[in-house]
Amino acid sequence: MKIGAPKEIFEGESRVAMTPDSAVQLKKLGHECFLQSGAGSAAGFSDAAYEAAGVTIVPDAAALFGAVDIVVKVRPPVESEVGLLKKGQTLISFFYPAQNKDLLEAAKGTGASVIAMDMVPRISRAQKMDALSSMANIAGYRAVIEAGNNFGRFFTGQVTAAGKVPPAKVLVVGAGVAGLAAIGTSTSLGAITYAFDVRPEVAEQIESMGAEFVYLDFEDQVQDGAATGGYAAPSSPEFREAQLKKFRELAPEMDIVITTALIPGRDAPKLWLADMVAMMKPGSVVVDLAAERGGNCDLTVPDQKVVSDNGVTVIGYTDFPSRMAAQSSTLYSNNIRHMMADLTPGKDGVVVHNMEDDVIRGATVTHEGAITFPPPPPKVQAIAAAKPKEKAKELTPEEKRAQELAAFRKQTRDQVALLAISGGLLLAVGLVAPASFMQHFIVFVLSVFVGFQVIWNVSHSLHTPLMAVTNAISSIIILGALMQIGSGSFLVLVLAALSVFMAGINIFGGFMVTRRMLAMFQKS
Amino acid sequence: MEFGFTTAAYVVAAVLFILSLGGLSGQESAKRAVWYGIVGMALAVAATLVGPGAGLWWLSLLLILGGGIIGWIVAKKVQMTEMPQLVAAMHSLVGLAAVFVGFGTHAELARVFAMDEAARGALTGFAGLLAHKSPVEVSILRVETFLGVFIGAVTFTGSVIAFGKLAGKVTSAAKKLPGGHALNAGAALISIVLLVVYLQSGSTLALIVMTLAALFIGYHLIMGIGGADMPVVVSMLNSYSGWAAAAIGFSLGNDLLIVVGALVGSSGAILSYIMCKAMNRSFVSVILGGFGGTTGPAMEVTGEQIAIDAEGVAAALNDADSVIIVPGYGMAVAQAQQSVSELTRKLRAKGKEVRFAIHPVAGRLPGHMNVLLAEAKVPYDIVLEMDEINEDFPSTDVVIVIGSNDIVNPAAQEDPNSPIAGMPVLEVWKAKQVFVSKRGQGTGYSGIENPLFYKDNTRMFYGDAKKSVDQLLPMID
Repeated sequence: MKIGAPKEIFEGESRVAMTPDSAVQLKKLGHECFLQSGAGSAAGFSDAAYEAAGVTIVPDAAALFGAVDIVVKVRPPVESEVGLLKKGQTLISFFYPAQNKDLLEAAKGTGASVIAMDMVPRISRAQKMDALSSMANIAGYRAVIEAGNNFGRFFTGQVTAAGKVPPAKVLVVGAGVAGLAAIGTSTSLGAITYAFDVRPEVAEQIESMGAEFVYLDFEDQVQDGAATGGYAAPSSPEFREAQLKKFRELAPEMDIVITTALIPGRDAPKLWLADMVAMMKPGSVVVDLAAERGGNCDLTVPDQKVVSDNGVTVIGYTDFPSRMAAQSSTLYSNNIRHMMADLTPGKDGVVVHNMEDDVIRGATVTHEGAITFPPPPPKVQAIAAAKPKEKAKELTPEEKRAQELAAFRKQTRDQVALLAISGGLLLAVGLVAPASFMQHFIVFVLSVFVGFQVIWNVSHSLHTPLMAVTNAISSIIILGALMQIGSGSFLVLVLAALSVFMAGINIFGGFMVTRRMLAMFQKS
Repeated sequence: MEFGFTTAAYVVAAVLFILSLGGLSGQESAKRAVWYGIVGMALAVAATLVGPGAGLWWLSLLLILGGGIIGWIVAKKVQMTEMPQLVAAMHSLVGLAAVFVGFGTHAELARVFAMDEAARGALTGFAGLLAHKSPVEVSILRVETFLGVFIGAVTFTGSVIAFGKLAGKVTSAAKKLPGGHALNAGAALISIVLLVVYLQSGSTLALIVMTLAALFIGYHLIMGIGGADMPVVVSMLNSYSGWAAAAIGFSLGNDLLIVVGALVGSSGAILSYIMCKAMNRSFVSVILGGFGGTTGPAMEVTGEQIAIDAEGVAAALNDADSVIIVPGYGMAVAQAQQSVSELTRKLRAKGKEVRFAIHPVAGRLPGHMNVLLAEAKVPYDIVLEMDEINEDFPSTDVVIVIGSNDIVNPAAQEDPNSPIAGMPVLEVWKAKQVFVSKRGQGTGYSGIENPLFYKDNTRMFYGDAKKSVDQLLPMID
């Protein structure tokens, strides 16, 4: 298949969906790569670098859309790009189908398949193509860097000859991928970092990154992230109040606040209100990573940096990943490459759009002229549901007794049935066989029974000694030979003598070997 | 009076034998259990010697002693790795003895019938016992003798072939003569016809022809079973030798023979059953089919086997915190258990967690690996069974596979067309790194391609297992 990446049209977008490195990997899957001239230049990849990697450079977007089977992009397509799509083509890019209904309709109309990178389900297998996470990681990092850029002091505390500098205090709201990345960056710069999240189970992750989890005394509502695919869900008004109260307590102390709170498919919740900004010290910085969706902060203006009346800088950029285009292009193009690897199971350049596959099905929003969004819930649970504190409830004594009784009854039934059958058989034999035979037969049956009972308990590691012992014991056949050896017939005597001799070998050899083996078993 | 004493001695011996088998449930009690067995056997032999029917004391004792010396020497000299062969060889002796005793009974019976009434009355001992039997009892006796000889003969040739396969003297692959199971079925059918003939006439010829047919069945049955199923075969033959003894016990009217024969027979049967369950295969298919009978093309294995040298393995071991060693028959062949034990000691001395994972059918005998590791003084509490350790592989840094193949073959889980599909295997490929010590690139004993060797986290450490491990030893520091 031919895969091509156009130049991003969106204002200020520097990323590109294919890098020279990813092109090499795509070719290994059997694909041919195309690139619109200059598409990678903003991210630092020259056309020459692509050509060196074997990518065909195409002059403009129209030529590219015309030449390839699969278009890979970063931003959702604009109308002009949708217009270039044709039937049978596949577009892989961010799409946000829930917010872009019209775009979805338009894409459906073209007959092209659209795989939305933002719809990749959050299951372990799909992590390698989870572009939201890889971009969020970059955004979290960049948010701290932007904050530092606008913050007039050190992050780390220092005692110098020129005076003592207190460390900066950073609060990260929302410990998703971006939040955790921000925590990591900020702690490694030396700031005292606090973090808050509505999902208590992330406390451990926060602490593992070196930040302090801000506990909220609120018992009624405990969110389980597992139920929502690892994302946060809207919280109750009471919980929100408790949360805001806590933030108000923290606001005066914090030098830098980074908010990353998002709820899938909704506007960003307002968490850092105007009064909190007013309580902050002049020179403090608020970085709002949710700006694109309205922002977590009251003062946020998307794509802009504003300064409040009391001198707090509020940064509402929406293009953090794009600001690190080389890094984010590398990671995004790898996500795309992994998606292509899943789409070409044979590694032979043939794309199999398998709608049975959880990941591919989940990410596909239009396919063969139909809208396939929203997808059915994935067959594999994203995250194992949090285990309830108490393991299976204690059985009441009555229930326990009932269970035991049932098990006992079943056992009794089985045993009685078995006994009845074998007893019946035994009686049947007894009807025809003479008494002298029956006498021996009963001994035989009992011995088999005893053998079964005894052997079940032998431990596995002793099976070889067991065989050696039973082998030695089976030379009990010597008794038969001994009984016959006194016979008058010469033939019988010879046969019996031989048997005695062979059994003799067996008795001594068998026991000797067993003893040798058992002597070797010892504890450490 | 004498007879009463013998019976009493038999009861005591039988109890001792039961205790002896039951005592094998634990390592410590097992050491006591062997003595129960030895005392029981001595008691049984002594009681029979003084009991009715026995004669030629001195000859008997001499023969037992002579055989005993040979058995003692063989058992003393045998290498622990040759244990499977030894057990198989000894089974063949029991089988042959059963055949001889059966023929002895037959000859005695013929002799007694040739006598006139008066002479019969004067007979004593075993012959006397025969002489007093009613016609119905005589035909039952014939059935019992016939059965004893049949099972004994199957055990004999079967064990000889098993011995040959285990000792590498006979090809280990599953082989069948043209005609396959039909030949076995034919021979079995002939035997049944001959049983009827023998019941009617007591003809010696019928007995001899049947013996030949049974010998053939034993040969052909075991030839048709592949090497990897040998543990089941050996315990099955063990079971047969027990049933043969029990059948002979019936014909001689000896209760102790019946008791012990039944004990041995049922224990062998259970052991076979336990192992078949461990391999997720039906008992019948192992006995009749062996390996083979794939239902479709095997999954194609892609990638290549990447070799690594001793330095690489040693470096990984030095870095690892947890190590699991998976031994197989290859370790036994290369006599590498001492070196492996030394390696274990060194790694444990450095504070690393070293454990052994034993598959139920590793080696050629049930519990074979446990015996070898015990011989090399590997403490048995770090030697774990498959179920105990399978879950721990994902959290293990390094797995060393020494001379095992099928028991770590992921195809058993991944490829429904594989001949070993559904067999529980040790999931070594889930560990972070796997080293496979192997002589060459060929397939293993069962001839099945192993995708494990092609996995990304697998490195092949080619060479004789003992030499390979010895190379590692000085590099662990």
